[in-house]
Amino acid sequence: MSTRKKVTIDGNEAAAYVAHQTNEVIAIYPITPSSPMGEFSDAWSAVGQKNIWGSVPVVYEMQSEGGASGAVHGALQTGSLTTTFTASQGLLLMIPNMYKIAGELTSTVFHVTARSLAAQALSIFGDHSDVMATRQTGFAMLCSNNVQEVMDFALISQRASLESRLPFLHFFDGFRTSHEVVKIEQLNVEDLRAMIDDKFVKMHRGRGLTPDNPFIRGTAQNPDVYFQGRETVNNFYNDCVGLTQKSMDKFFEVTGRRYNLFDYYGAPDAERIIILMGSGAEAAEETIEYMTEKLGEKVGLLKVRLFRPFSIEHFVNAMPKTVKGIAVLDRTKEPGSIGEPLYQDVVTALSENCPFEKMPKVIGGRYGLSSKEFTPAMVKAVFDELKKDKPKNHFTIGINDDVSHTSIDYDKNFTIEIDGLFCGLFYGLGADGTVGANKNSIKIIGEETENYAQGYFVYDSKKSGSTTVSHLRFGKKPIKSTYLIQKSDFVACHQFNLLEKFDMLKDLKDGGVFLLNTPFGLEETLAKLPRKVAQQIIDKKLNFYVIDGYSVAKETGMGSRVNTIMQTCFFAISGVLSKDEAIAQIKKSIKKSYGMKGDDIVNQNYKAVDKTLENLIKVDVATLKPGTIEIPPTVSDKAPDYVKNTLARILEGLGDDIPVSQMPVDGTFPTATAQWEKRNIALEVPAWDPDVCIQCGKCAIICPHATIRIKAYDEKALTNVPATFKHSKVKGKEFADGTEYSIQVAVEDCTGCGLCVEICPAKNKKEVKLKALNMVPQMPLREQERTNWDYFLNLPEFDRTKANVTTIKGSQFLQPLFEFSGACSGCGETPYVKLVSQLFGDRSIIANATGCSSIYGGNLPTTPWAKNNEGRGPAWSNSLFEDNAEFGLGMRLSIDKHNEYAKELLQRLASGVGEQIVNDILNADQSDEAGIHEQRERVAVLKDKLKKIDSPEAEDLLTLADYLVKKSVWIMGGDGWAYDIGYGGLDHVLASGKNVNILVLDTEVYSNTGGQMSKSTMMGAVAKFAASGKPVGKKDLGMMAMNYGHVYVAKVAMGANDTQTLKAFLEAESYDGPSIIIAYSHCIAHGINMTKALENQKAAVDSAHWTLFRYDPRNVAQGKNPLKLDSGAPKISFQEYAYKETRYKMLTKSEPEHAAELMRQAQIFVDDKWKVYEKMASDGNAKAEQK
Amino acid sequence: MDLSTTYMGLKLKNPIVPSASPLSRTVDMVKKLEDAGAAAVVVYSLFEEQITHDQNEFDHYMTSGTESFAEALSYFPVTNDYNMGPDQYIRHISNLKSAVEIPVIGSLNGVSAGGWLKYAKEIEDAGADGLELNVYYIPTNLEKDGTIIEEMYIRNLIKLKKALKIPVAMKLSPYFSSMSNMAKKLDTAGADALVLFNRFYQPDLDIENLEVVPNLDLSNNWEMRLPLRWIAILHSRIKANLAATTGIHKYEDVLKMIMAGADITCMCSELLANGIGRISEVLKEVEQWMTEKEYESIEQMKGSMSQKSVADPAAFERANYMKALNNYKLLI
Repeated sequence: MSTRKKVTIDGNEAAAYVAHQTNEVIAIYPITPSSPMGEFSDAWSAVGQKNIWGSVPVVYEMQSEGGASGAVHGALQTGSLTTTFTASQGLLLMIPNMYKIAGELTSTVFHVTARSLAAQALSIFGDHSDVMATRQTGFAMLCSNNVQEVMDFALISQRASLESRLPFLHFFDGFRTSHEVVKIEQLNVEDLRAMIDDKFVKMHRGRGLTPDNPFIRGTAQNPDVYFQGRETVNNFYNDCVGLTQKSMDKFFEVTGRRYNLFDYYGAPDAERIIILMGSGAEAAEETIEYMTEKLGEKVGLLKVRLFRPFSIEHFVNAMPKTVKGIAVLDRTKEPGSIGEPLYQDVVTALSENCPFEKMPKVIGGRYGLSSKEFTPAMVKAVFDELKKDKPKNHFTIGINDDVSHTSIDYDKNFTIEIDGLFCGLFYGLGADGTVGANKNSIKIIGEETENYAQGYFVYDSKKSGSTTVSHLRFGKKPIKSTYLIQKSDFVACHQFNLLEKFDMLKDLKDGGVFLLNTPFGLEETLAKLPRKVAQQIIDKKLNFYVIDGYSVAKETGMGSRVNTIMQTCFFAISGVLSKDEAIAQIKKSIKKSYGMKGDDIVNQNYKAVDKTLENLIKVDVATLKPGTIEIPPTVSDKAPDYVKNTLARILEGLGDDIPVSQMPVDGTFPTATAQWEKRNIALEVPAWDPDVCIQCGKCAIICPHATIRIKAYDEKALTNVPATFKHSKVKGKEFADGTEYSIQVAVEDCTGCGLCVEICPAKNKKEVKLKALNMVPQMPLREQERTNWDYFLNLPEFDRTKANVTTIKGSQFLQPLFEFSGACSGCGETPYVKLVSQLFGDRSIIANATGCSSIYGGNLPTTPWAKNNEGRGPAWSNSLFEDNAEFGLGMRLSIDKHNEYAKELLQRLASGVGEQIVNDILNADQSDEAGIHEQRERVAVLKDKLKKIDSPEAEDLLTLADYLVKKSVWIMGGDGWAYDIGYGGLDHVLASGKNVNILVLDTEVYSNTGGQMSKSTMMGAVAKFAASGKPVGKKDLGMMAMNYGHVYVAKVAMGANDTQTLKAFLEAESYDGPSIIIAYSHCIAHGINMTKALENQKAAVDSAHWTLFRYDPRNVAQGKNPLKLDSGAPKISFQEYAYKETRYKMLTKSEPEHAAELMRQAQIFVDDKWKVYEKMASDGNAKAEQK
Repeated sequence: MDLSTTYMGLKLKNPIVPSASPLSRTVDMVKKLEDAGAAAVVVYSLFEEQITHDQNEFDHYMTSGTESFAEALSYFPVTNDYNMGPDQYIRHISNLKSAVEIPVIGSLNGVSAGGWLKYAKEIEDAGADGLELNVYYIPTNLEKDGTIIEEMYIRNLIKLKKALKIPVAMKLSPYFSSMSNMAKKLDTAGADALVLFNRFYQPDLDIENLEVVPNLDLSNNWEMRLPLRWIAILHSRIKANLAATTGIHKYEDVLKMIMAGADITCMCSELLANGIGRISEVLKEVEQWMTEKEYESIEQMKGSMSQKSVADPAAFERANYMKALNNYKLLI
């Protein structure tokens, strides 16, 4: 047997490694945190990596998890070895097929990264809510607790499934295991071959459908036989238990690693044991080792491997006979049940077959939902609870439940020190490459030294300026700490300003190492250290190192990426390798990581490594004096209490301490909270030059974060004006004399994308590089602009009824009610979202599909949907990814019903409230802002009248009267939703004829899950699952919608034509029927310069890839062609547009000939499409004539 | 009629060589050039800075936004099969060599010695018969002395000549304080030919949008006079061959350049404007003219009107300017 490689990989790669080699067909759909398994498989197949039978598996992306499971079912039914990867809601969508696959006794393994389900809120993090929702499907369920087990159990389940004929769900904890990078022993091909018996593969294939041996499967059965049919499978379930153990035994024979259906760890005479599944078992094992060895406690742990079929016999035999108390821990919640699933199984098992003289105390508890930390302190607390005479049952651990008092206390100061284990924390920004460098470091330590190594990475929920914290451990013993580092030996701060955001030295051990990257010289750095930080350095007697990594990066051509520099510092200081060895290994990994990107990149990195050590300074801590700089409060004193007391705690990283009572019971939160989170992430911000400005409003409309605001106001409002506040006379005859104009930037909220400067058409006549907006350093402006911003906010808002919203200038006087979102800097989606909020926000209800827009729009801590001074603003909700159109339609139906009933009540109450107001309300023209304003006033009067009427109907109408004012329903989402997973529903809603507005934020790729191909992806573009460029053209959703005839359809690109965009939004909303706007949204996933993204938008339009049009069914009645093209014939080739973007260009670097061929075909596709549109738009008035 | 000429040791059937341009982007097009009578081809330029820029850009956009957000740790599929170097160009040279009979001259456009050496060697290994170095360098640094720039040219050439077996031509700009001296230095350093002159594309201003815009105009016939003068001056005074480029559109231009002392004449704008067929037309007209005038060969004609061979050598110098100006005044 050949030796096995030690590899440093994460759980997803471990599972995919086995799955790819032991399957023929892989049908998937991206969903966090399982997406990388599909991506690994696709990448391996793309380069021709073969399975153990010497053939390259087919990897196929479907339109939803429902689709993926259907494809899996079909492939299985025709005899292929087939697998899929999923999680959470994705797994739920597979349930119908899982019943079928199990009912038909079909061998397959689904690999699942167990994740929370969307209940009161969505969460991408790990727990067992999803897998527990499938325990009734008939799938066998096998749980891995760590990355090594993921690889091992992927293989064990593959064999067991083939032999037992039962499908397996192999699951492991999302993120904690799926994304933990750790050193493991990699199975080799011989191992895989030894485990998979081709006899069973052939039997599986033999059960496949074929016309050469026809049969039918999937019949419909009646009351007479269905029941019996269902009972036929029992022996297979009975046998599966033994066959799974047999597979584990065979695995032991092959690899020497022993697993059992239930594995016990701990004192042989344990009196108290914990039973659980998943990564928590590792932390429990670590704690039990400590408690038995150091504290002499008789405690133990039973790890459940095979959860279904649950073998009572194996279960009871696995526990020591001395057990008196059992705590069963479930990482899920089943509200209303008498206990969570594992607990119930344990109780049932013991009641059926108790191996003990006396029935032990059995308590059940919940832990770790949504990757909530599960630490040794919590494990110990559970054991301590079991010691009590009356331990709490149905408890929770890890939270403070001050409402229903389920939680048990734990000692937060209890930690386990493991000899020789190095723990390092690294604070950085996503953009500075900290995580990448640490992943590299872990690989180097894991693969080039004898050490075991573990890396886990924590990201924040913003897409711009996001911070990352890397947790690195290494040591001589296998690492079982499946929780974040609690006491560290080393802290590196890669961004100076993060010192204000995190109390990063709090848990650094005395005498530990603190490495700080600074943009300043040494003296200035020490002077600028926050007082608290300097004091901690002194008190803890830290070894304090400083480097100006930016200068090294600049000098060596690395730009702003300090990753390699900081990595070199880490190795130099930590001493894990000798200096020379460390440098050699870093350079080796640089070659590996960047080699394909060219010699210059490699050389830049080499240079950075060489230059780093000369610039690393060890500070003499004895000379350090705490200065006077205090860390500012997280949020302003002016913030509402909820923001100060709850959201600010989350911002401070103290969300774990928030008790249950501070959380809303139903997931309802106040809006308008993003304004309190001053992130200060921009290095440069725009500064307004009123002398150059032509007051066009383009800067405001394009601003993705609503940080450029415009007001026109009476000069009399200018009292107590701050010294640096800018204003000028308004331009335009439509304004009254004495009207002033201001553009104000929220510099603390700006992300510094520069789109405003890019779009600004006004140039300084003396120096054309200067415009009316120019980027300037943020830091010197921060204080003054904070004052100016507050002053600006207090200036009166422009009267909506007087704004000429049909112009860019006029529309931008309207207050954005979507502000400071967590979207990427320069986001191409948010300007459209913000425009909706400006035009219709005070009367809109928004259904938001899961995706980027639901994350930047609704991820805690703070959210961007806001409200105006009257307290009105968008009401927002996210249902699911797949059902958003239906969700929005439901809102429309409900609102229409409210409106209808309100009108009925109004008529019934006419005598009481007065005929006049009833008539006025019922016949109101609400087609413009003025009309809506008047209706609101009427309704206000009505409500006053109603309050004085003592009748149930009046009370009823009081709750519904606001629905007499027009409401605007917006259904928003990305192309993954609209083109793929939600298309069926979207189509139905379009067909409904109901008055909903659909906004498709089309990035032509799944952006939120990291760049997977959608049906919107254009031919020739590279995306995940289209590594060789998408071979077919983009689906023409607009054309499909136009086909109905009664749908208002527009295709827009704000960067190419903002006026057309504005027109489309106004028309769509005014249309009393379904409307759909397909909005070109440039995206970081395109691999473009986001600052210049408007050029990409223009090029997309100029090439006719993105033809701008508006299709208005109302035109037909006027004898006009409903279709109006707003952009012309191609001015540039498709290639000229496409090769501005990495997504297309990268194919020329990997497959130049194929790229050229796809470009040729794409040009034909674009040309043909243009001809069709041109003909439709110029084709007389065909539609009109038909009517 | 013997139209053959020798350039950098390469025996060419005639003196017309298409210069580096998009015309050599595909094998098919180069075959057409050969069929039209081109004696050799200078392949379009490999831009060192473009390669470096591409590598940096590619790295930047592939990593931009990665490892920042838990759901999207990357945005592009991973494959280790990217070709970010000059491989495509090298493969093209190799393909051309197997597709055409005429000599194939690679062209390299760059500044740094490191990049030149690496790519030049690869071009040689791919089978190129010669290499033309196009030093497209605009010295904008006020502190940079002219001699430093000259030394950079010489140093790079020496390094290249040491590393390569194939002949090397230097394509130069006319903006040297002492063109003759620079030519001599390059000659001494081992240049096999000087290509006179590189034609810089000068940007224009868009006064509507207040922007600097790139502007690409094809050469005009009158532009040939600058190289004509310097070829006439340099002919037979240095060992290196001389290639005339810029403004060669008609058969008379070819004849003039040969008479001034060029070993080959490079055409580009004429072919881009009026088609590859112009090569055979010009060749035919050259031959016809030579027959009429009873010339025997190109070699016989070469340098017959160089500064050294004309009756009034001063005509190529300052006096020429004075005379022209005087004539101009008279015409007013």
